[in-house]
Amino acid sequence: MQQQKVSDKILFQNATIVDPHQGKSYTADILIDDGKIRKVQKEIPKSGIKRVVDLKGKSVAPGFIDLHVHFREPGFEDEETIATGARAALAGGFTQVCCMPNTVPPIATQDSVRLIYKKAEDLLVRVYPIAAITKGREGKELTEMGELAEAGAVAFSDDGTPLQNALLMRYALEYSRVTGKPVINHAEDIDLRADGLMNEGIVSTQLGLTANPAAAEQLMVYRDVMLAKLTGARIHIPHVSTAAAVAIIRQAKADGVRVTAEATPHHFTLTDEYMRSFSAQGKVAPPLRTEEDRQAIIAGLKDGTIDAIATDHAPHTYETKETSLDLASSGLIGLESAFGLAMTQLVKAGHLSLLDLVTKLTTRPAAVLDLPLPPIKAGEAANLTIFDPEEWWVFSRKDIYSKSHNTPFLGAEFTGRIKSVFTQSTYIEI
Amino acid sequence: MNLSIKHLYGLEGVPKEDIQAILSTAFSFREVLERPVKKVPTLQGVTVVNLFFEPSTRTRISFELAEKRLSADTVNFSASSSSLSKGESLKDTIQNIFAMKIDVVVMRHPVPGSVKLLSQFVDAVVINAGDGTHEHPTQALLDMMSLQEKVGDMEGMNVAIVGDIRHSRVALSNIHGLKTMGANVMVCGPPTFIPVGIESLGVKVTYQLEEALEFADAINVLRIQRERQGTGLIPSLREYRNLYGITRERLDRLSKPITVLHPGPMNRGVEIDSDIADGEHAIILHQVLNGVASRMAVLFLLAGAK
Repeated sequence: MQQQKVSDKILFQNATIVDPHQGKSYTADILIDDGKIRKVQKEIPKSGIKRVVDLKGKSVAPGFIDLHVHFREPGFEDEETIATGARAALAGGFTQVCCMPNTVPPIATQDSVRLIYKKAEDLLVRVYPIAAITKGREGKELTEMGELAEAGAVAFSDDGTPLQNALLMRYALEYSRVTGKPVINHAEDIDLRADGLMNEGIVSTQLGLTANPAAAEQLMVYRDVMLAKLTGARIHIPHVSTAAAVAIIRQAKADGVRVTAEATPHHFTLTDEYMRSFSAQGKVAPPLRTEEDRQAIIAGLKDGTIDAIATDHAPHTYETKETSLDLASSGLIGLESAFGLAMTQLVKAGHLSLLDLVTKLTTRPAAVLDLPLPPIKAGEAANLTIFDPEEWWVFSRKDIYSKSHNTPFLGAEFTGRIKSVFTQSTYIEI
Repeated sequence: MNLSIKHLYGLEGVPKEDIQAILSTAFSFREVLERPVKKVPTLQGVTVVNLFFEPSTRTRISFELAEKRLSADTVNFSASSSSLSKGESLKDTIQNIFAMKIDVVVMRHPVPGSVKLLSQFVDAVVINAGDGTHEHPTQALLDMMSLQEKVGDMEGMNVAIVGDIRHSRVALSNIHGLKTMGANVMVCGPPTFIPVGIESLGVKVTYQLEEALEFADAINVLRIQRERQGTGLIPSLREYRNLYGITRERLDRLSKPITVLHPGPMNRGVEIDSDIADGEHAIILHQVLNGVASRMAVLFLLAGAK
C-alpha cells in the first residue's frame, strides 16, 4: 500500500464513474485540486497538471462505507487496532466504517466515544463509534444515550450480546428516539441458540455438532421489528443470515416499520456445508446457514429488503482460531475480501448490477446511519474508491492488512479488485 | 489386505469392502483371543498413543488390550479438555506427543471434528475413539461384528436404535455402518432426542417403542445420561423408562426373536431392565469381547499398512 499526499492537482482520466447519487454510470475525467473535486467532464486538458492517472477500464465510486466492524481497541490490541483496522478498510475500498462497542471497557461513556474519534483523527478512514445500549453491555440498564449521541455515537448496540429482555429493548427503542439514532440488536434468541456451534440442519446432524436453529434469529428479528413498530423507533438488523429473517424484514418494510438491514459477504457466499471441514474459520455468529438461506439473502439484496453490505470484520489471533470448535472464537475478518466476494457472488453471478452493488456499499449504508457521503461532482470533497471490475485474482495473505488473518477465503478466486482510494487529499494505491 | 482408508475418522463414507475386511479380520483375531496365549507379534515395534481428552474406561481398556495383544508399544495420555482451555492448545499437546515419534494415535475428544483436525498436525495413523456427539466408529464396528455373529448377514436386517440419538456418537456411526452393509435402520426415542433431518441419512424415525420393536431383528439400546434430566429434554427418567425402557414384559409380547445390544455403560432400570441385560436376548458381553477383536483388526489393517 502506497500513499501520497496530493495537496495540489490530480487528474483521473477516462474513469467509468459508477454514481449511486445519480443512479447511473458514465465515463468522464475527474479533476481534483486541494482535496476537492473541481470538474467532472470528458477530456479535461491535462496541461500543467503534475499528477495524471489514466483509469481506462477502471471504475470510480464514492468511498465505501462499512456499517459493522470490530477494531478491538481498547482492550484487544493484539487482534486489531484502530490504525491497523483502518489500513484493512482502505485495502477494501472503505473510507468510512462504524465500529462496534464490544471492547474492554465497552464504548458506553462519552469518554470512550471520544477515544475512538481521537485514535482515528489522523487516519485516512473515518471511524464512527457505535455505543452500547446498556451499561457494560450487560443487558440491565440503559446507557446515557443522549450524551453518547452528543459525543458522536452513530447508533446503539450491545453487539454480540443480544438484548434478550423485551421490556428493556422496548425502553431502549423508545429512548433512542431522543437521539434519532437507530438501535442495532444482534438478532438471536439467547436461550434458543443455546451453545450452538453451527446452523441446525442436516449438516449439523451429520457432524454431531451442537446447533443453533434459524428460528433463533427469526424470533429475535420478529420481536425487534414488532417493538420498532410499537415504539416508532429505528431498528437496524445486523448480519441477516436466514430466509425467515429476510421475509420478516420485507414485510415490515412494506408495513412502514422503520427497519433497515445488512448482510455480510460470508453469509451470501458460504453455507453450513463449509463446516464439514470442522475448521473454526467457519465459526461465526450468526452461523453459516443453508443454500436456501443464502439465496434468500441474495434475493433480499436484490429487491432492497437488505439495505447494505457490511463485513462484521472480526479479527481474532491465530491461537484463538486454531483450536477445537468449542474453544475457538467466533468471527472472521472481512474488509479486504468484501468487494471481491460481492463482485464475484453478486455481480458476476448475475444477481446485482454493478451500480446496485455500489449503492449497497455507499448511499444505502450512509442512509442507514445518517453518515455523510459526498457525491462525485464539482465542489464536493474528493472521496473516491477506484476498482477494476474485471480483474481476476486469488485472495492471499499478502492482501491482508488486518492484524489478524482469520478468514475462510484464503485461496479463493475473485473477479473485481480494489486498486486505489482517494480521500482526505491523499492518493492510496493498494 | 489393504483398506482404502488411511485413518478411521468415522464410518461415514467408508466403503463396504473396507468394513467387510475389518470384520473378517476381527473374526480371525477373535480366535486369537480364545487361545491360551492371547498374543501375536503383528505390531511389534509400532508405537501407539491413546490420547483421551475425555474420561473413558471401557473404550480405553479395550483399545489398550487390543494394542497389547498385537505386541505394540503403548502410551496413555489422559487430560480433561478443561486443562487445554487453561492455555495449552490442542495443537501443542499433540505436536509435543508426536515429537516423540508415534506411529498410531487413538484419540477421544469431547468436540466433534477434533480427531480429524488432529490429523493435519501429525504424520501418524489416526483412529477416532469417539469425538463428542459425532462418531465412534470402532463401537459401530464391534456392534456390527456382534450382529453378524449372532443374527447373521446384515443385508436386509432390521436394526432399531433406541434412546438419545441426538447426543449419541454411537448412533451416528451405527447408522452409517449399517446402511453401508445393507441393513434397514430405524431410530426411536422421544422427539427431543431425535436430531433434525436424521431421515436424510436414510433411516426411519419413530417415537413409539412398540413400533421399533415390531420392526427390529435387533435393537441397540443407548445409555440415557442421567444429566439429561432437568434440561427440559425429558421430564423424568421415570417417564423415560415407562415409554422407552426395554423390559421383559415388552419383549415377551413379541412373536419373534429379537437381539438386544447395548454399548454400555448401562443404566439398569432406566433404558434397560436387569433381567433383559443379563438374559437370553442380550449379547452385551459378546460386544465387549468383539470390541477388543475389532479394534485389533482396525489397528492391524491401518498400522500394518503404514
